[in-house]
Amino acid sequence: MVKVTIDDVQIEVEEGTSILNAARSVGGEIVPPAMCYYSKLPGTGGKCRTCLVEVAQGSEKDPRPMPKLVASCSTNVMDGMVVKNKTSERVQQNRGGVVEFLLINHPLDCPICDQAGECHLQDLGFEHGGAKTRYEEDRRTFDPIDIGNKIKLHMNRCILCYRCVHVANQLTESRVHGVLHRGEHAEISTYIENAIENDFSGNMIDVCPVGALTDKTFRFKSRVWFLKPMEASCECTKCSGKAVVWMFGNEIYRVTARKDKYGEVEDQDGKTGWICNDCRFDKKDVSKWNVEGPRKIDRHSVISQGHYLSPRSGAQKTIK
Amino acid sequence: MGRRILLENDHVPGIETIDVYRKHGGYRSVEKALKKMSPEQVVEEVQKSGLRGRGGAGFPTGMKWSFLAKPEGVPRYLLCNADESEPGTFKDRYLMEKIPHLLIEGMIVSSYALGANQSYIYIRGEYMWILDILEKAIAEAKAAGFLGKNILGSGYDLELGVAPGGGAYICGEETALIESLEGKRGNPRMKPPFPAVKGLWGCPTVVNNVESIAAVVPIVNDGGEEYAKIGIGKSTGTKLISASGNLVRPGVYEIDMGISVEEFIYGDDYCRGIAYNKKMKACVPGGSSVPILPAHLVTKTAAGEDRLMTYESLADGGFASGSMLGSGGFIVFDEDQCIVRNTWNFARFYAHESCGQCSPCREGTGWMEKVLYRLEHGTGNLHDIDLLAEINKKIEGNTICPLGDAAAWPVAAAIRHFREEFEWHVTNREEAQRKNYGLLKESVA
Amino acid sequence: MGSSHVDLSKRHTEKPSFSPEKLAEVQALMNSYPEGKHKSALIRILHIAEEEFGGWLSIETMDYVAELMNIQPIEVYEVATFYTMFNLDPVGKYVFEVCRTGPCMLVGSDQIIDYIGEKLNIKVGETSSDGMFTLKTAECLGACGYAPMLQCGKKFHEHLTKERVDEVIASYREGKVPN
Ligand SMILES: Cc1cc2nc3c(=O)[nH]c(=O)nc-3n(C[C@H](O)[C@H](O)[C@H](O)COP(=O)(O)O)c2cc1C
Ligand code: SF4
Ligand code: FES
Ligand code: FES
Repeated sequence: MVKVTIDDVQIEVEEGTSILNAARSVGGEIVPPAMCYYSKLPGTGGKCRTCLVEVAQGSEKDPRPMPKLVASCSTNVMDGMVVKNKTSERVQQNRGGVVEFLLINHPLDCPICDQAGECHLQDLGFEHGGAKTRYEEDRRTFDPIDIGNKIKLHMNRCILCYRCVHVANQLTESRVHGVLHRGEHAEISTYIENAIENDFSGNMIDVCPVGALTDKTFRFKSRVWFLKPMEASCECTKCSGKAVVWMFGNEIYRVTARKDKYGEVEDQDGKTGWICNDCRFDKKDVSKWNVEGPRKIDRHSVISQGHYLSPRSGAQKTIK
Repeated sequence: MGRRILLENDHVPGIETIDVYRKHGGYRSVEKALKKMSPEQVVEEVQKSGLRGRGGAGFPTGMKWSFLAKPEGVPRYLLCNADESEPGTFKDRYLMEKIPHLLIEGMIVSSYALGANQSYIYIRGEYMWILDILEKAIAEAKAAGFLGKNILGSGYDLELGVAPGGGAYICGEETALIESLEGKRGNPRMKPPFPAVKGLWGCPTVVNNVESIAAVVPIVNDGGEEYAKIGIGKSTGTKLISASGNLVRPGVYEIDMGISVEEFIYGDDYCRGIAYNKKMKACVPGGSSVPILPAHLVTKTAAGEDRLMTYESLADGGFASGSMLGSGGFIVFDEDQCIVRNTWNFARFYAHESCGQCSPCREGTGWMEKVLYRLEHGTGNLHDIDLLAEINKKIEGNTICPLGDAAAWPVAAAIRHFREEFEWHVTNREEAQRKNYGLLKESVA
Repeated sequence: MGSSHVDLSKRHTEKPSFSPEKLAEVQALMNSYPEGKHKSALIRILHIAEEEFGGWLSIETMDYVAELMNIQPIEVYEVATFYTMFNLDPVGKYVFEVCRTGPCMLVGSDQIIDYIGEKLNIKVGETSSDGMFTLKTAECLGACGYAPMLQCGKKFHEHLTKERVDEVIASYREGKVPN
């Protein structure tokens, strides 16, 4: 076991634990936000840079501070390490910078986005976004595309976390979508019109931190906070059958996996509780489910208050 | 003319063939190392030589080699970085094109030192004709018994392959290079683990620049101490400099570390001054990623001392008044050049080359490019200059790989030293549009 | 607006297929890597495929490469779209890639690009009406000291002037690679 201090909180964790997971083991304010890392998907992390923290002391043995901020999701703790997250002005400033980067090309179409209310970018923007965008250029835009008949991709909203690529790699036999092009032109796509037909492809929707991948069978054109999330289970041969059904009155509008407060799919029976496409897309009939009771969702401030990120004034058209 | 260790025979007709190359002393280092030295002794000589990586970062090669993990039963790899894409740099190309066997010889000795039995040269895809030259040289070396099984009866086996890229500057970054060599997109990897522990196909790997590997040949032939006698302080040996821009005689020069910048720019043996008798306005001494220096800080440091062609002297003054030796891409600007235009040009380069996986670089490089485009094309505002400086600070240090820094530094330095020129572009839009730049030779009277 | 799917009008109508000699070369390349690591040959094979099948990579060509290498087509698309040397649209017989980066710009590459465009009556990214030439720009190609320059196939044309550009174009028109 090693000792690490995060924002004045002392934590003891196993060697090889990342700073982020050490913070999560205690929870609360000291946990850095993570937009690309997903603990259930090995290989994720390091890309979005929202989880940057300051290492004020490297370790007991080598107390020197680390010169750069580090990605807490992919930096392991050392014995005697001292980490600053909330308590570091530098972290707050640079995280604000990262959030600004993530938002400059984001459409800010929360009012019409299915993810509104459960979007991690919305939360972050609310916390760190500047009052007024400084981005005067045209935003990058892509046409929305269907990938398969159950999933819609709004690339405009994507932050290129690569989580969905890892889902396809790790949960399905053959991946048909991926990251194409590069730099600011990088996009998630199938290149050619190509359906993602696979029993577990729907989990891409659950791992997407924003509203880029959405469930086309979610018919309800209103807000998630009008829906009642209920824990439900069913007999399923493909997956655990343990899910959350989102209900309005007595009807099921959407089915998702059960997610924890970090937005990650919880373990069921000792395994990650991914759900299969049958459960997600095709079982909208209440009689197919055993509804167990209300699901406690760790509602973020934005969910309950219905705040949107709005495209702010001051945006000016550019020549080019 | 200084000493020529690497390029001694570059003008010998037929030097690209193994016969001529051997007549001029080629492959002596292989005989010496494999027959008379242990791998550890070769590493030791390289350490004694003080050789620092010629790819840009200047990390001591011997030390890098000593970090290579050596778990039992796991292959180790040496990869030669011939991606050479840093704007202003074309020395590796010159070396490979003229004297391909020097690189092959260096690869054999270096692979022996590291215990690698399979090594690769990763070459940028645009150098496809050099790939042909190298493969021909490899075939010759193999036929002569310098590659393959039981080389020169020493019991040491080595195969050498060449793999092309496909047009991506980022593949010069060592972990992106490894990804690319595995047939994937050139996305840099998160570090740690470092390649020395987990590199190509998960095995311990060393990545070295073409020139670094070539320098191992004279180091083994003459001994590390001899090599270390050239140069000043921690800048030992000779260095290939790629000179470009508005010079009378641009090209590749081998210099002794420590000659003065003044001599390099104006000396008869080197660039012979600024073309068309113009004055120098600025210089980027180490490839597009390093800070630009205004004329008064090029040949002299801020303290008034002569600036020398060494890692230390070029960096003298830090980012406030110094720059870096970098890859040795020495770009000179004459008095008529536009710094704003060049800064935009470089920013466009980095935006074009960002792999796009981390958000500060993907979004920040594109943003800087657009703001600089506006400044250069007459629609910028004064607050854009401060905005650039701020975007800069939010990229620098916050990315997965150093491309983010490489994109941020040139912009920061240009604003630091040429702020009035940026302002002038806003206050005198029309005049700025008419300003001449980059004239073709024939158009200059 | 970025298009997320390729323009399907641009396709090869027939399934591409390497000649027996090329196929042997491609197999040898894959075999030159350790067991299970043959994906390493992908970029080089794409270069060969581009050369063999009209100078660009159609979906058919990429799918064919995927099939030969026994990898998923998306793995090929991901790579082909990352590396800028690969043409994802049909191109002319000769592709001029003119370097536009700083050191070249300092000695007139902007004017060379304009001049070639005028001469061939095309803009950057376009192909001349006779299908002979495509004009593209490229980032630093490692010829900064011999600038301005352009690359055509494996060949670098350096120290360009307008007269030199005229010569180069005339020579390619006659089907000869200028020296
Ligand atoms: C964006 C980027 C591009 C690079 N390009 C090159 C390159 O083209 N050639 C090169 O030798 N090193 C390049 N490097 C440096 C390499 O990562 C690595 O440090 C070098 O190959 C090590 O060799 P050396 O120690 O012999 O210099 C680049 C680094 C970065 C971050
Ligand atoms: S800094 Fe740029 S090039 Fe490097 S990993 Fe991040 S996005 Fe890619
Ligand atoms: S969560 Fe750590 S970089 Fe994205
Ligand atoms: S800048 Fe054009 S070849 Fe280097």
